[in-house]
Amino acid sequence: MSGQPPGVETYTPREFHRQAHDALGNPQIRANFRKAMDGLMSKRRDSFDDWDLETLRELGANIRLRALARLPDLLEQLEANCEANGIRVHWAEDGEEACRIVREICESHGARSVIKGKSMVSEEMHLNAHLEEAGIEALESDLGEYLVQLNQQTPSHIIMPAIHLNTDEISEILHDKTGTERTRDVDYMTAAARQQLRERFMAADVGVSGVNFAVAETGTLCLVENEGNGRMTTTVPPVHVAVTGIEKVVEQLRDVPPLYALLTRSATGQHVTTYFNMISSPRKEGEHDGPKEVHLVLVDNGRSNIYQDDELLDTLRCIRCGACMNHCPVYTRVGGHTYGTTYPGPIGSILSPHLMGLEETKDLPTASSLCGACGEVCPVKIPIPDLLVRLRKESVGEGRGNVPGAGIKRTRKEVAAWKGFQWLATHPAVWRSGTSVAGKLRALTPARLGPWTDYRTAPKPAGTTLHALVKRHQSSKTHQEER
Amino acid sequence: MTAVKLYPPRPDKVYFFGTCLIDLLYPEAGMDAIRLLEREGIEVLFPEDQTCCGQPAYTSGYQLEARAVAAAQLDLFPDPWPIVVPSGSCGGMMRTHYPQLFADTDLEAKAEEVAGRVFELTEFLIHVCHLDLEDRGEPEKVAMHTSCSARREMGLAETGPALLAKLGQVELVEQARAAECCGFGGTFAVRHPEVSAAMVEDKTQAIEASGAKRFVTSDCGCMMNIGGRFEKLNKPIQGEHIASYLWRRTS
Repeated sequence: MSGQPPGVETYTPREFHRQAHDALGNPQIRANFRKAMDGLMSKRRDSFDDWDLETLRELGANIRLRALARLPDLLEQLEANCEANGIRVHWAEDGEEACRIVREICESHGARSVIKGKSMVSEEMHLNAHLEEAGIEALESDLGEYLVQLNQQTPSHIIMPAIHLNTDEISEILHDKTGTERTRDVDYMTAAARQQLRERFMAADVGVSGVNFAVAETGTLCLVENEGNGRMTTTVPPVHVAVTGIEKVVEQLRDVPPLYALLTRSATGQHVTTYFNMISSPRKEGEHDGPKEVHLVLVDNGRSNIYQDDELLDTLRCIRCGACMNHCPVYTRVGGHTYGTTYPGPIGSILSPHLMGLEETKDLPTASSLCGACGEVCPVKIPIPDLLVRLRKESVGEGRGNVPGAGIKRTRKEVAAWKGFQWLATHPAVWRSGTSVAGKLRALTPARLGPWTDYRTAPKPAGTTLHALVKRHQSSKTHQEER
Repeated sequence: MTAVKLYPPRPDKVYFFGTCLIDLLYPEAGMDAIRLLEREGIEVLFPEDQTCCGQPAYTSGYQLEARAVAAAQLDLFPDPWPIVVPSGSCGGMMRTHYPQLFADTDLEAKAEEVAGRVFELTEFLIHVCHLDLEDRGEPEKVAMHTSCSARREMGLAETGPALLAKLGQVELVEQARAAECCGFGGTFAVRHPEVSAAMVEDKTQAIEASGAKRFVTSDCGCMMNIGGRFEKLNKPIQGEHIASYLWRRTS
């Protein structure tokens, strides 16, 4: 599966370096992301005042771990309770199968028009492109997603899909594609988009949404949103199809409030969102609104493969808040499109290799300075830096071989270099004479050292090593004592 | 969450692990750290066969090679003295990653034992030595760059600033986004040079904007990166390892 569907501005993880180069050279992109991420970081910081953050994170991590420990059981329980509530449950092994299931539901109703709430898993499986090929129009209704779709792009962030665009750019897109006036008036633009979308909600044959938490105990689908488009998507059209990765299941309703609190605070610094939807069945006898049919599509797409590995399993704890991106110094500099994947940033760098294989994504595990900011803010305590190192092991063939494409980065040259390093560092006498010679030849140190010296001066070995200085120091002390 | 660390009483002796960057590039920083410890009446043992903690191989995914290098270091600290490391990144490697690296191997127990004795220099000076300092230097505005490993892996965001606070004439200035990575990240700077450059560019700008005349750090990787950027730009702001700074101002 490639990073992007056809017909859309193309980014691929294979081109991480080129895309990073382009993004770094684009002052607008850099300014937009810096400003947005600084804002999101400070909002998150301010939002945890009245909570004991560490206690809440511990609780969140435990809820996710407990759910994952019983994942197969909980999925069966979820299926049984959903079915008992009148929600039809479908299982999809990969993105293609998931697309087919959604398309078939649409076709069984003769649907020509689908309205969508935000759903990362539908991005992951390229649902829009698939539906369009079948002659079904799929329109994004989340404002950011709508803008990105109008602009023929993919989201650059999992929570704020259009965060790479500023007001002027948005104004231009709306003007170009929908004929609104050019303006910097955000209220005007929002109202215009709202009006455009309202008409489409009423006309849509099927509504497709994601799921934030699927509660096994009750068969309830929880949906977190701010714009009301999620509620419209799931209540106005006669058919609602919810699509989710299999890891989104939680054991009981009681698990939801702490995760919801962590999610919204970590993502946008909100204590609660404007809307929180709990969907437990289609419209019942005597009820005035709601879809007549609700479907749930449970998507695996490589997740059960991760599930088999006790380390990589931690990736599945993710509640898709985006805090790791907001705090990642790499993401802040290069933006989401550079990664060329549905999920960018640190979480994407540990998740995408499972979805797309290491061959496609081999630069992503190294696209981190391992500064640890991602792990520090993760609300469910995913050890992201450790998992990046684990995937680096996988990509050089020294892991357990559990990730598709393991060993892809192992080259003879690099292996020789690290074996050489190992030999030197385990032969201390050779090491000492090597460092000592480097110091003596310091005048010969090249002034240029690849790209390092494009931005910095070259480090120069000192004339004398610490080993030598310590020796001198110790002998002078002995002399003093003898005197 | 970093577990609460219980600190031992001040020992008679410590082991000193100098790190490969200090050994090769900044040996005076290592000597100054040793002098600070000795001035506190602590005998410093320097195992001659020390080379590198193995971190570059570890973070590159070459765990077999990292393990071989780390195993050689494990043998160098036979007695139960604390091991003082003047670097958050090498200290973090030894304290946090050695146990991971040797999990389920014959050396697991030994790695755990050694890891439990590892202290970063500033941590050791504050929490074990309860160091007091008499500042003899001129008044100066200084920025502190705490490495990401010291800050997050070892939980030591406060120990460097706490030491500088003991210098009466030194004003520690605030810089924008102090907790953000400088972009070194070992092999990261080599594998993603342009992203790394963008990061160090922002870091040097933040330090300059803070009004500091100097920046102090306890990690030589960051010093090489930030200092090298300032030097490339011909800016007068210099970096100094915190051990050298403390020693210079108090001796």
